[in-house]
Amino acid sequence: MAKIVLSHVVKAYSNEAKAVDDLNLEIQDGEFMVLVGPSGCGKSTALRMIAGLEDITGGEIAIGDRVVNNLAPKDRDIAMVFQNYALYPHMTVEQNLAFGLQLRGTPKPEIKKRVNEAAKMLGLDQFLKRKPAALSGGQRQRVAMGRAIVREPQAFLMDEPLSNLDAKLRVSMRASLNQLHDRLGVTTVYVTHDQIEAMTLGDRVCVLREGKLQQVDTPQNLFDNPVNLFVAGFIGSPAMNFVTAELVRDDGPAVAFAGFKLPVPESVLASRPGLDGYFGREVILGVRPSDFEDAGHNPNEWPTIRVHADVTEELGSEINVIFTIDAPPVEHKDTADLAHDADEDDAAIPLAENKALWTARVNARSHVRPGQDIELSIDTSRLHFFDAGTGLAIGHSEVAKAAATA
Amino acid sequence: MTTLTVGERSTVTARPRSPRRRIRAGGAASAILLWVYALAALAPLVIMAFNSLRTEQDLANQPLGLPLHPAFGNYSRAWSEGNFSTYFMNSVLITVTSVVLGTGVSVLAAYPLGRYRFRGRGVLSSYFLAGLMLPIRLGAVPVFYLVNSLTQSMPGVDARFWLICVYAGSGVPFSVFVLTAFFRQLPMELEEAARIDGAGELRIFARIMVPMVRPALTTVALFQFIPLWNDFFFPLVLLRDDQWTLPTGLTRFFGEFEAAHATLSAGLVITTIPLVVLFLVATKQIVAGLTAGISK
Repeated sequence: MAKIVLSHVVKAYSNEAKAVDDLNLEIQDGEFMVLVGPSGCGKSTALRMIAGLEDITGGEIAIGDRVVNNLAPKDRDIAMVFQNYALYPHMTVEQNLAFGLQLRGTPKPEIKKRVNEAAKMLGLDQFLKRKPAALSGGQRQRVAMGRAIVREPQAFLMDEPLSNLDAKLRVSMRASLNQLHDRLGVTTVYVTHDQIEAMTLGDRVCVLREGKLQQVDTPQNLFDNPVNLFVAGFIGSPAMNFVTAELVRDDGPAVAFAGFKLPVPESVLASRPGLDGYFGREVILGVRPSDFEDAGHNPNEWPTIRVHADVTEELGSEINVIFTIDAPPVEHKDTADLAHDADEDDAAIPLAENKALWTARVNARSHVRPGQDIELSIDTSRLHFFDAGTGLAIGHSEVAKAAATA
Repeated sequence: MTTLTVGERSTVTARPRSPRRRIRAGGAASAILLWVYALAALAPLVIMAFNSLRTEQDLANQPLGLPLHPAFGNYSRAWSEGNFSTYFMNSVLITVTSVVLGTGVSVLAAYPLGRYRFRGRGVLSSYFLAGLMLPIRLGAVPVFYLVNSLTQSMPGVDARFWLICVYAGSGVPFSVFVLTAFFRQLPMELEEAARIDGAGELRIFARIMVPMVRPALTTVALFQFIPLWNDFFFPLVLLRDDQWTLPTGLTRFFGEFEAAHATLSAGLVITTIPLVVLFLVATKQIVAGLTAGISK
């Protein structure tokens, strides 16, 4: 096992577009690091550069204490799991697992021992003599994992290994991956475009956009303290609600948007240095769907807004209430990138008369129906404020740090 | 309960009967057509097999007929007197060697053309493709002079060796064309996985890529084998008569004034059997090769 360090890594193609742009990342020994981002953000390219399948245009990649820039993939002591598994179709499961070891001249009894151990760990014992074509998708996926495990490498590299599985299997494989990592403790770099996978699997998650690192942090910190509009909108499902708002100080600090006015607690101002400089100016306000509650059902001290539920999505334990607010959707490069990405995955909800659509996640006991009015309370201690120009979170420690060094 | 379902079914089937009957009628017509075609295709083979078991006398009286008193004398006559033992060995030697050589060369050429990007790849592909445009018989005269001068300058080398070279070369364009397409469609990840597993270029080629194009290999090998096995022209032009192959050997039964039809039939059967056997053995592989890529 080893730590992986990327310093100032650049990948440029001939047409000058940079797939990866000055990426700095330190992956600790035994850490599960997830690279996440919309398609084309450079996450796969970064992984392939670590694997050695892609040349490094600039910068340095080190695995353990070796700089591997000019090492062939086989000499980097890593194992990779591919999205389409890339099993050798003409070999049995056993031969697939043993292939890498044979090439490295591992003694036969040792190969047998390791293959059997891996097969047992992954529940593949009874399939050893089968060919990949005779396996289900989930089984093939496990063989691909097994091929990496038997090698006992310094690091696992995984390129969207679960995206070819159906939704239910993906959830169970996610759990097994977690267990496997706890058990083996091998440094793992995992690429996905699925932010739920990123959140559930990663010790830390690295969000990339257009080849540039946006933020690296634990899943909870990414969720609670996104560094900019892009990360805020990308992490969390349903996505964070945004609106252009104004910070006002009439009778106590408050934020005004779409005819609503929410008081801003002193604690929020205190924890976000620089926010008080924005009074009287435009900011972009972000509210997580989970920071709403049905006020009529679950009374608390939080301020409320009254909205009209256009659509409700009942998920059993919760209801997503989708409503329009009387303000245009936020137009910023960061949110535009997000919308572009969403178009590929889910069908975008058509905007009503150029008004922003918000989502609130309330408890299912609320029983709200489409067409009803609902009083929503908002946890104002968890409001997010972003600079309307740069899209950066106001008063975020990392933004402050970057500003200080710049 | 059961009566209910039966009643339901009859009402349901009553309506779509007419289109279904049309389908059935169409199916019957095409089945008949196919059977007629099959009979037409099989008839010469059956007549050949029957005639090989009858006597010359019998054949002269009645060209078509059942072998009422099957006799295998024709076979032994063809095999020994007609020299078919020699021709058979020549055919096997020349055809098999040519196919192995031709396929081997083609695989080695097709792999880089299908998998690597390099300068001049397009030109090289076109060069191989150009070979498909010209029928090899157009080159009969130059080939004849070439082989003639080679046998004269190198008397130790058998003319059969030069024929094998001509044959092997003649199959390369088509084989390269087919195999390149197959190599190209193999997923990149397999190669990358093997590379990470520690395989070098040669091992990726031999242990991963070649086994994966096996259906295509069978197909191209068979597509080379059949015309070469059947070829009459080049053995006639290039070989002395003791070096002849089966198709040329068959002409021995045609005299100036008479033809030994029964023995000829036996010779034809001997010539045909290897092809039939080969087809039966390799059909599954061929179908897999020809239909690859139709579905995932």
